[in-house]
Amino acid sequence: MSGPAKTTDNMDAKAEPRLLQPRLAPSEQSAKFIFMICAALALGFMALIMVFLFKAGMGLFLANYEGPGVSLTDFFFNTAWYPTYDPPDFGIGALIVASLAVTALSSIIAAPLGLGLAVYLSQVAGERVREIVKPAVELLAAIPSVVLGFVGMVLIAPFMQSVLDVPTGLNLLNAGLLLALMATPTVASMGEDALSAVPKELRDASYALGATRWETIWKVTMPAAVSGLTTAIILGLGRALGETMVVLMVAGGSAQIPTSVFDSIRPLTSTLAAEMAETPIGSHHYYALFAIGVILFLMTLCFNLLAFFISRRWRSMGAR
Amino acid sequence: MALFGYDYQTRRRREALALFLIRASAVLVLAILGGILAFIFYNGFSAITWDFLTQFPRDGMRAGGIFPALLGTLLLAVGSLVIALPLGFGAAIYLAEYARPGALLTAIRLGISNLAGVPSVVFGLFGLAVFVGVLGFGRSLLSGSLTLALLVLPTVISSAEESLRQTPQSFREAAIGLGANRWQAIRQVVLPAALPNMLTGAILALGRAAGETAPIMFTAAAAYTLALPDSVFSEVMALSTHIYNMATSGTHIEEARHLQYGSVMVLMALVLGLSLIAIIIRARLRRGRQW
Repeated sequence: MSGPAKTTDNMDAKAEPRLLQPRLAPSEQSAKFIFMICAALALGFMALIMVFLFKAGMGLFLANYEGPGVSLTDFFFNTAWYPTYDPPDFGIGALIVASLAVTALSSIIAAPLGLGLAVYLSQVAGERVREIVKPAVELLAAIPSVVLGFVGMVLIAPFMQSVLDVPTGLNLLNAGLLLALMATPTVASMGEDALSAVPKELRDASYALGATRWETIWKVTMPAAVSGLTTAIILGLGRALGETMVVLMVAGGSAQIPTSVFDSIRPLTSTLAAEMAETPIGSHHYYALFAIGVILFLMTLCFNLLAFFISRRWRSMGAR
Repeated sequence: MALFGYDYQTRRRREALALFLIRASAVLVLAILGGILAFIFYNGFSAITWDFLTQFPRDGMRAGGIFPALLGTLLLAVGSLVIALPLGFGAAIYLAEYARPGALLTAIRLGISNLAGVPSVVFGLFGLAVFVGVLGFGRSLLSGSLTLALLVLPTVISSAEESLRQTPQSFREAAIGLGANRWQAIRQVVLPAALPNMLTGAILALGRAAGETAPIMFTAAAAYTLALPDSVFSEVMALSTHIYNMATSGTHIEEARHLQYGSVMVLMALVLGLSLIAIIIRARLRRGRQW
């Protein structure tokens, strides 16, 4: 700390004993009010985003100059996405499946890897090693997604094509691997916080009973932190689901339901990014992309609400 | 050894295997990070020249430099922080110093945590509809900065709030005991103590904003500009979108590979450099802390 501020100009403070005053001074009131507005704005932006997305997304289901609106069942359950054909198809079934598939694939890798890393950082690593590994994990999280997408295009895709002899290296597996890499730091750092918050007494009791280090981690520390670890995985999943550039660059882009991990896919996010720029404002295609935005928004909202409430419960349990 | 269900040998083997896997996960992540960095810096290094950093792209992006993209990225990142920082610090002060538990606080916290989870491309969509469309800023530096500001706002708020909460309660009590009111205590005691940490969070947010692609694709970035931006309403190029464009569109993708590697390396150096600076400052602050 650079030393407390020098308070010589503090003339209005000397007049009367403030602590005895039940009410806030006028300058106090306005300061508090201004800061409250700032905080409320964050909430306001959230609401604003929701309203605008919903308002524009609704346009898809209403008739416009192009013809009648699309029905909700067609939108969700039709697997044909041909927005520029005549007549167009606006079924996002295949896009949703693609998003879920790539998120699931990445979580199969990111959950164990992230949890392993979390256990390593909080329970296994010595102080010196920790001070190297932890910043490294933060650096990994900081790599821009467009860079990872680029690496997937120029390194992983050709490698996959030549070694595994598949028609294209731009596929579900490639995207899943890179998304796993993006989700791992999230799982690791949140998981580490959860594990570190487990009281030392629990571990000591376990050791006193003769348990080994691993038995203590697996049967005491991890169960005690289970809601925090769950939250970490959920937020990692949310990150993978909403990630755009990686899937745009390496997932291939065909709107089909994948039957193998080597299929080219087109998740929701990459559809938005690929098509938004060339879509005439006010067309059904334009509104359809906003409707996709609504779906994405709601999916990640569910993930976040789930994580929020699980971590709340966990916090109140810890305060016991 | 009925307590643990297995004989001693099995338990020892499990212990060794589990700890090996845990250590392996750490080694694997380090190796991947190292591999990516080495791959990019090895391939990109030869492209980096003074001209590359200071010239416009030429010949349909097959030659020349990245100056307008680099400048655009810096302007967008700084612009977003100019907007997000006052707002974010204000919100953090409210949350850490004034807020009392209740429905409003829960709602604000929910809003912030959800804002943090909204996919970046959705921010782009919102920016396109509102800043570019409704407010009429067009595709511009301003629209892009506003969109990025919304994106980094939750990060700024939570890191600033954390810093404020780390300032000991006794600081506030001492100030109020000397006759300061709450705002004076915050302004003259708590903020000066917490500011270095808050600014570290801001540096991290700057790096994040510089690396983003999807939010600025439709709100700010042009594939190519003939001139440098002359107002906040100008379209700008950005490194991230420049990399995306060079790598995915055009007819000379292979020919321009070395330029792509060079651009990727510059972006990585910028973003990871900022993160590294923040990480180092934070570690030093933690070590030098007096409380």
